[in-house]
Amino acid sequence: MLLRRVIPCLDVRSGRVVKGTRFVSLVDAGDPAELSERYAAAGADEIVFLDITAAVEERRTLLDAVERTARRAFVPLTVGGGVRSTADMRAVLRAGADRVAVNSAAVADPSLIDRCARRFGRQCVVVSIDARRMRDRDGEASSPTWEVVVRGGRDGTGRDVVAWAVEAAGRGAGEILLTSIDRDGTRAGYDLDLLRAVSSSVGVPVVASGGAGRPADLVAAIVEGGADAVLAASIFHRDLHGILAVKLAMAAAGVPVRLAGAA
Amino acid sequence: MTSVALVDYGAGNLLSIGRALEVLGARVRVVRGGDELGTPDLVVVPGVGAQGPAMRRLRRSHLVNAIEAVVGSGAWYFGICLGMQLLFEASEEDGSRGLGWIAGETRRVPSAPTLPHVGWNEVETTAPHPMLAGLAARVPMYFVHSYAPVPRDRSVVIAETSHGGRFASAVAQDRLLGVQFHPEKSGSDGLRVLDNVLRLVAP
Repeated sequence: MLLRRVIPCLDVRSGRVVKGTRFVSLVDAGDPAELSERYAAAGADEIVFLDITAAVEERRTLLDAVERTARRAFVPLTVGGGVRSTADMRAVLRAGADRVAVNSAAVADPSLIDRCARRFGRQCVVVSIDARRMRDRDGEASSPTWEVVVRGGRDGTGRDVVAWAVEAAGRGAGEILLTSIDRDGTRAGYDLDLLRAVSSSVGVPVVASGGAGRPADLVAAIVEGGADAVLAASIFHRDLHGILAVKLAMAAAGVPVRLAGAA
Repeated sequence: MTSVALVDYGAGNLLSIGRALEVLGARVRVVRGGDELGTPDLVVVPGVGAQGPAMRRLRRSHLVNAIEAVVGSGAWYFGICLGMQLLFEASEEDGSRGLGWIAGETRRVPSAPTLPHVGWNEVETTAPHPMLAGLAARVPMYFVHSYAPVPRDRSVVIAETSHGGRFASAVAQDRLLGVQFHPEKSGSDGLRVLDNVLRLVAP
């Protein structure tokens, strides 16, 4: 049986890890390779790197950081941010990433997912979706819906998140990285309705992102939300909760996790 | 210092495995052709993907004969993922022939709920072997594959993993070693496997 994963997420800008709310009031949080090595030693099952500059001229800086990380963290590495073509994806894989996450470019041209999956195999392709909950109309007891947003939540697309996740999986996404923009950075817990809606609709693993505040939130994302993996940034960077503490809470709830190596 | 020839035949990134072996004290040379192989203590064949194209690339680079020669004269072979599957006679995936040094063939993981099988899963030791020394009897390792070898002689299987059905996740036959998981992506336990291999091989 596949074990559930705990994944620290590193937001990387100009080759450095930054923390703060994803796009504003950023503070330097260290070297990505060094942090990745530390997290891997603490029991991280995977590292996710999100390049939040993604400016074309800084591509080399990102690839260098990916390569330095792959040399030191002996766990799988997923890299996202600014991947617009199979050539971009190839460059990131060659730098040492195991998987590549695509987001805005796939929304703009969904065939990017097919092309990446055909070329590199679906196990390499993660589709990252940023979701914003639509406001319920007054007095209407409808079930919640979410809109796909891009550019860190600044731009709506009019697309329904569940429909997009189903399409992405059908086109060859090996995994969906699902971020609640409403919860991101709030530490108020994951959007469990969102997780349930997507995980029950697609046949590929779903990674929960946005809102992790305490170990119980990560447990709930899996037990109640149906997520296969949980991603968190600030609780690990700020040392509010360690990876081991999260895994012990998961194990206590009957979730199969990897405890070896987390000593 | 153990000398390792790391075979690069275009079937995946060698950065992590090369670096892991170096961290563990091996002297690693990346080898792209038969004439570059030299006389290593250990030949490491990594790789992901399909067997047919991999064997074609190995033959074209004159690596098949060269690896056979050094293993025949005392070097060890350690195959990772596709590199392990190549040890067997044939692959169900494309009907291609492997190296054929261990009897059996590579088949799709039986009754798997999802393929490819990607992620952390438990490796259960079924027969004690120095390659798995110091590890828990059930230890999580990282997998990325759809096929796995089915050895004719079950005594070469030293560990198994369940994903729907069970498959051989580690094999050993004399100086031929193979793992279906990626030790270079399996954290400290994976590094332990690599260290065990280097200790076995140490001149």
